[in-house]
Formats: sequence, C-alpha cells, structure tokens
Amino acid sequence: MLKYQFDWSVVTSGKYFEWLLSGLYTTIQLSLVAIVFSFLLGLVIAMMRMSNAKPVRWFAHGYLEFFRNTPLLVQIFFWYFGSYKILPTVINDWLNKTNFEFGAAVIALTIYTSAFIAEDIRSGVRSIPKEQLEAARSSGFSYVRSMQYIILPQAVRITIPPLINQFLNLTKNSSLAMTIGVMELTYQARQVESYTFKGFEAFTAATLVYVVLSIIITLMVTYYDKVVLSPMKAR
Amino acid sequence: MITFKGVHKWFKDLHVLNDINLHVNQGEVLVVCGPSGSGKSTLIRTINKLEPINQGTLIVDGMDLSDSKTDINQLRAEIGFVFQQFNLYPHLSVTRNIALAPIKIRRMSKDEAESQAAALLERVGLIEKRNAYPTQLSGGQQQRVAIARALAMKPRIMLFDEPTSALDPEMIGEVLLVMKDLAQSGMTMIVVTHEMGFASEVSDRVVFMDEGQILEEAAPDEFFKNPKHERAQQFLKEVLSPMH
Repeated sequence: MLKYQFDWSVVTSGKYFEWLLSGLYTTIQLSLVAIVFSFLLGLVIAMMRMSNAKPVRWFAHGYLEFFRNTPLLVQIFFWYFGSYKILPTVINDWLNKTNFEFGAAVIALTIYTSAFIAEDIRSGVRSIPKEQLEAARSSGFSYVRSMQYIILPQAVRITIPPLINQFLNLTKNSSLAMTIGVMELTYQARQVESYTFKGFEAFTAATLVYVVLSIIITLMVTYYDKVVLSPMKAR
Repeated sequence: MITFKGVHKWFKDLHVLNDINLHVNQGEVLVVCGPSGSGKSTLIRTINKLEPINQGTLIVDGMDLSDSKTDINQLRAEIGFVFQQFNLYPHLSVTRNIALAPIKIRRMSKDEAESQAAALLERVGLIEKRNAYPTQLSGGQQQRVAIARALAMKPRIMLFDEPTSALDPEMIGEVLLVMKDLAQSGMTMIVVTHEMGFASEVSDRVVFMDEGQILEEAAPDEFFKNPKHERAQQFLKEVLSPMH
C-alpha cells in the first residue's frame, strides 16, 4: 500500500511557495533576456549566412554547425567554468559584479538558441519571392535597406511560429541553468524537495508551471497566426 | 533621355540582346513588342540595371550605366518600374506601399508622403482602398496601386514590363486607362506590351524585337499598316487575329 502522505500545502503557501515563486520569477527573467538576445543574434547570424562574402558565410556556417551540434549542458559548463579565460576583462568584471551564474546561463542559452533561430530566419527569407527584392531595388533601396524594410519584415512574420517554438524550447532549456546554481524554478523545486522531502509535490508544481508557460506561449502563436499572418497570405 | 549604343547581353550561351541601338527622347512613349523570348523584357530591365549589360554603352538620364561611379540607387529612384506581377509589398497597406520609398529615400515627412499617396490613389481611382492590403485587391487594382507606387517617387522615366499580361481581360482596360492618362501628361514611357490598341492609340513609336534584335522601329500608323520586316508581319497577324 501507498504509505506516502501527500501534503500540497507545502507548495501552495508559506516559505516554500515563496521559493517556487522566486524561482518562477528567475525563470521568466532568464528566458526573456535570452529570448531577446538570441533573436537579435540569430538575425545577425542569418544575415551573415546569406552574405556575398565567402569568409563571412563560412564563419556563420561554422557557428551554426558548432553550436547546434553540441549539448547545451556542455555549453553552459563551458561558459560558467571556462569562459573567464577567453572573455575580455570588461565582460568578466561586469559578470562578476552582477551575477555570474545568471550571466553565464544567458550567454549559453542565447548562443545555443541563436543558431536555431538563424536557420529559421534564413528559411523565412528564402521563402520570400525574389520579385520582392527586385521591386524594392527598383525603387532605389540599397540591398541592406531592402532587407530592412521589405524582406525581413515579411520573413520575420512568416518565421514567428517556428521562432515561438524556439522560445518555448529556450524556456524549457533554462531549467539546465540550475546545474551552475542559477536559482530558477527547477533549482527551487529541488531545494523544496531537499528541505521537506516532498519531491512529488514540489516537482509536480514546477511541471505545472512549465506547462502553463508553454500554453501561454502557444496561445500567443495561434492568436498571432490568425490576426497578423492571415491578412498577409495570398487568397 | 535613354540611349543604347551597340548593347549586347548574353545569358550563358543565349544572345538575349544583340547589338541594340535605340534612342528615346524626353516625353516620348515607346512601345516594345515582339514574340515571347525576343528579349523585350530584358531590354527594359537593363534600363534600371535590374539586368546588367555585357557590352556597349547605355546612357540613362545623362548617367552611364557601365560607369562604376554611377550611383545606381540614385538612378533607380528616378525611374519608375511596373512589373507584370505587380510585386506590391504584402505586409504593408496600400498607402504604406506608396509612401514607403518617398519617406525612406526622399526623406519626405510621413504626413506629406501619405497625403501624396492619397492624391495618387485618387488619380488611379482607388482612394477608397487606401487602408486595404494588397491581397484584398483584384489584379487590376493591384496594378493601379503599383503604378501609383512608382509615381510617388516623381520619376523622370516610367518603365512598364507587360503590365497587363497577368490580368483577367475585364481588368486590362482600367490599367491601360491610367497609363494613357500618364502618357498624355508628358511622361517619358517605355512599355513592353502585346496591347496593340494601346500601341496604336497612345504610343509615339513602336519597336519590334525578335531573337534579341530590333528588327523594326516605326511610328505606330506606319508599323501597323505597313510592317516591313517579314517577322513583324507574321507577329502582327498572330496578335491581331480574332482567334488570338
């Protein structure tokens, strides 16, 4: 017979509830910062990948292959344990002053996710008919400004659904940051378990929170697809 | 305004433009016709360097296109180009489609560019569609917006690359009407088209091309009544026949 005594009050109120709440706050913070940076970096890498200059293209290609094909956990350890040896002093000082664990997690998540985002954006750009570029160029827009005003806005709109998937993955992957001591949701759930031995309740609560976060993000995609994307599609 | 001197162009082994010599005066309306694959679209696309030429000289509005000092973006801003497939920007409203280049390239204020867009939409008869998106318009309406978009840059030359070929027959008239109005306003125009009615009524000169060469160049009356070249006679017989 089951001897385990369930005690949900551990995770619904009091000190441990506050731990989980602060973990959730850190998870959201970590994810949001990494989402913004990984998007911007992904945009840059995608542009480099499509550049006419071969060395630039090769660099971007190498970047993509390298960061997509190595485990995120290893990358997190690399930035946490190994980065101070190669990063400029300015960045190291800043990281130490603020919160080194958090900073390393942001860097690792940003770089890892940017590689996937770059590929999604690139395929978005490739799906825009070449006549759009011709129309822009024939109005007098330079290549870069054609990209900026005409091609990328369309490509990003088309890429939003796969991008949101990447953001979803990033949010879930942020749980790996607990391994270097970032006090995010999974870390706090683990703490609650250590102090109370209520592992089932603690991790059920954490799991539910991740599910809710994912559902919110998914609903946003559906809404976006209906309201923003459909008026743009050919009839 | 536009001068071709001994212009050649090849796509790999295909000689698409073969010794083109042509001069277009300011305010002139020139129609270029010929069977498909004759090089007429390529010809018009060399004028704003959508297609670079391989040999010869091409001077547009006083600028030499093969001179590396020529600012091609500046030149393109002075040349309106209307495509067969319209190529409106699907993510922007009709007004934004028209106002974008004036704002970003001519540094026009947003208000000024949008009131200019409204005036142009009035001119092409689509003011009520100013907030619509391109996919909500018919082909004929999209092409009229595309013409308004080109005019918004106050171009010195307008190029039309088969502007009515992608349209349903009942929409061709509305587009030709806008083009006729434009021709009568004194715009320098080069029009690649199979619309022989437009050519005879509106153009000052007709150029007939085949296999990359200009075979005939004449006033429309002369060209339609009395085509000299055998292939021009053949072509006219085909496009003017009621079975076409």
